[in-house]
Amino acid sequence: MSETTSVTPESTSSQPPAESLVLRKLRERFPDRVLETHTHRGDATAVVPRDAAHEIFRFLKEDEDLSFEMLTDLTAVDYLKMKKSPRFEVVYHLYSLTHNHRVRIKIPVTEAQPEVDSIVSFWSIANWYEREVWDMFGIRFRGHPDLRRILLYEEFKGHPLRKDYPKNKRQPLVTAKM
Amino acid sequence: MAAEPIRETRTDNMMLNMGPSHPAMHGVIRIVVELDGETVVSSDTEIGYLHRAFEKEAENATYNQVFPYTDRLNYVSPIINNVGYALAVEKLLGLEVTERCKYIRVLMSEISRVCDHLTCIGASAMELGAMSAFLYMIEAREFLWELVEQVTGARLTIAYCRVGGVKADLPENFEQEVATRFQKVREVLKDVDGLLTRNRIFIERMDGVGVISKEEAIDYSFTGPMLRGCGVPYDVRKANPYLVYDQVSFEVPTQTGCDNYSRYLVRMAEIVQSMRIVEQCFPKMPKGPINVDHAGNVMEPADMVDTAKIGKTHDLPLIQLELSPNLEGLEKKQHREVMAPDKGVVLPAKNDTYGNIEGLMNHFMLIMEGWGIQPPVGEVYQAVEGANGELGYYVVSDGMDKPYRVRVRPPCFAFVAGLHKMIDGGMIADVIPTFGSINMIAGELDR
Repeated sequence: MSETTSVTPESTSSQPPAESLVLRKLRERFPDRVLETHTHRGDATAVVPRDAAHEIFRFLKEDEDLSFEMLTDLTAVDYLKMKKSPRFEVVYHLYSLTHNHRVRIKIPVTEAQPEVDSIVSFWSIANWYEREVWDMFGIRFRGHPDLRRILLYEEFKGHPLRKDYPKNKRQPLVTAKM
Repeated sequence: MAAEPIRETRTDNMMLNMGPSHPAMHGVIRIVVELDGETVVSSDTEIGYLHRAFEKEAENATYNQVFPYTDRLNYVSPIINNVGYALAVEKLLGLEVTERCKYIRVLMSEISRVCDHLTCIGASAMELGAMSAFLYMIEAREFLWELVEQVTGARLTIAYCRVGGVKADLPENFEQEVATRFQKVREVLKDVDGLLTRNRIFIERMDGVGVISKEEAIDYSFTGPMLRGCGVPYDVRKANPYLVYDQVSFEVPTQTGCDNYSRYLVRMAEIVQSMRIVEQCFPKMPKGPINVDHAGNVMEPADMVDTAKIGKTHDLPLIQLELSPNLEGLEKKQHREVMAPDKGVVLPAKNDTYGNIEGLMNHFMLIMEGWGIQPPVGEVYQAVEGANGELGYYVVSDGMDKPYRVRVRPPCFAFVAGLHKMIDGGMIADVIPTFGSINMIAGELDR
C-alpha cells in the first residue's frame, strides 16, 4: 500500500479537525486493531480487520463524540487487476448527522474466504446493501437475515462486478419452474 | 387428529403481486403484498428489473465516456447526476473548475431539481385522481425542459458536464428566458397549491399515511425530502457545501409529520427555494464573453485547412474560426470561461482542434485509448444533493484512463429498502400514494 500515508503524527496534522478527531479516537480506542488510517483529498479512511468489525462499528455508532447514525453507503471493490492482496475490500461510508462528519471504513477480505460479519443489527439499511454486495461480488455476510440476490435473479451464474467476470458473458436462458 | 370446532369464519391471507408493470408504478418494480382483507400484512419488494450494469460499463469506459451513462440514472434530473460524477472525478484529480462553470452547474442543477419535484408531485396527485394538477405540473416542467434544451441541446439525456467543465456556455438572453419561464412556473405552482394543499380528498389520502418515524428513517439512511419530512434538516448543500452553494442564500424546508403530506409540503417549498437559488446565480456569476468580436477574421474550417496546406500557417492561431452551430457555446473565449485550464484533462477549444496543430495533438492525446485523463491512484467519495436526497459517487482510480470502480449511492435505494416500514399495516390503497411520495426512479435504483 505505497500510495497511502502511514500512521504518523505528521500525516494527520493537515487534516480538517473533525476528520482527524474520528481517526484519532479510533486509533486511541483500538490501538492494535486499526490496521491503517489515512486522509486522501479530505476523505478520512480507516482500514480495520474483519474480526474487529463489530466492536469498531458499535464504537463508531455509540460513542458520543462520533455518533455515526447513518450508514450512507456500503460497497466492495475487487482489486484483482491492481494486484493488491487480499483481493477484496468491503467499503463502508458513515455519516454523523449530529457532528456533520464522515468516515470511510474498509475491511480487507481474502479470495479464499470471502466473508464478513453482517452489520444489519446496527443499521437496517445494511440489509439491502449487503445483498447487493453478495449479488455483485460474491462476498457473504455472516448473520445476514436474508442473503438473496437483489438486482439479478437467483439462477444467475457468477458475480458480475468481479474483475474476472467477462463483460460480454452471456447467461443461459431461465425457464419457468413448473 | 381431532378437528377443532369452528368458532369464527376462517380467512386466508391473499398474496397480491403489484408490478413489475403496473399502471401506478413509476417504474418497473415488483411489490408482493400479503393481504388480510384490504390491510397489508407484510410486503416484499423486488427490484432489479431495470438493471443495466452501469457500474460494470463505467469500468470499461474512459472518464468522460461515463457521463452519458450517468444521464440514465435519475433521468428526471440528469444534470445533478452529471455534476456529482464530474465533482467526484475532479476531486480525484484535485482539479478546480472556473467560477462561471460553478455557477452554471448550480443553476442547471436547481432547474433540474424543480423538474424532478414537479414530476413527483404531479404524478402522485394524478394517482389520487387529480388529473388537472398533473397536467399543470407537466406543463410547467415542459417550460423548464425547454430551458434545459436551449443550454444542453437535449431534454433528458443531456450529457452536459465534462471533467473540468461543462459542454457549452449558457446561450444569449438566458437570464430573460429563465425569468419569463419562472413567472409561468410560479403561476402553475399557485394554481396547484390552490388545488391540492387544502383539498380535503388530497389531505385525507396523504396526511398520516406512509408514516415512518424519524429514528427509522435515519436507520434506513433516508435523505432528501423523505428525511426532511421527518423533521431532520439534513441537506448536502448545507452540510457539506460544494460548488457555490455556500455563496447563495436558501432555506432547508422541513416538516415534522413524517408522512406523505409532509413530503409533499417539503417538495413544494423546495421548488420555491431552488428558483430562488437560480435567480441569485445570475447577478453573482462572472460575466461570460457573450459578445465575441469577429472583426473580419472569421474563416470556414475547410478554408483554413486549405490555407495551411499551402504553408501559410504563421497567423492561423489568431484567426477566429466559424464553428458549426452544434458547437455553440464552446467557442474559444467561452471555452476559457467554462473549462478548467488543464490540458491534461480538458479537450482544447474546437477552434484550436480544427485550426492549429497543437490543438489537434492535444485533442488526440486526450481521446486516444490508453492516454486520456489519468487521475493518480486513489479513491474518493463525493456526495451531492440529488432531487431525491444524497447522491454519492465512490470512484477508485488505478492511475489508468478508465475508472477502476465507480459506485453510485442512489438516494431512492434506501427508500425502497424501507418501503415495507411505511406500507405494512396500512390499507392496500395507501400503497399507491406512499409509493408516489418516495419518488422511486428505477434508473437510479437498479442502475
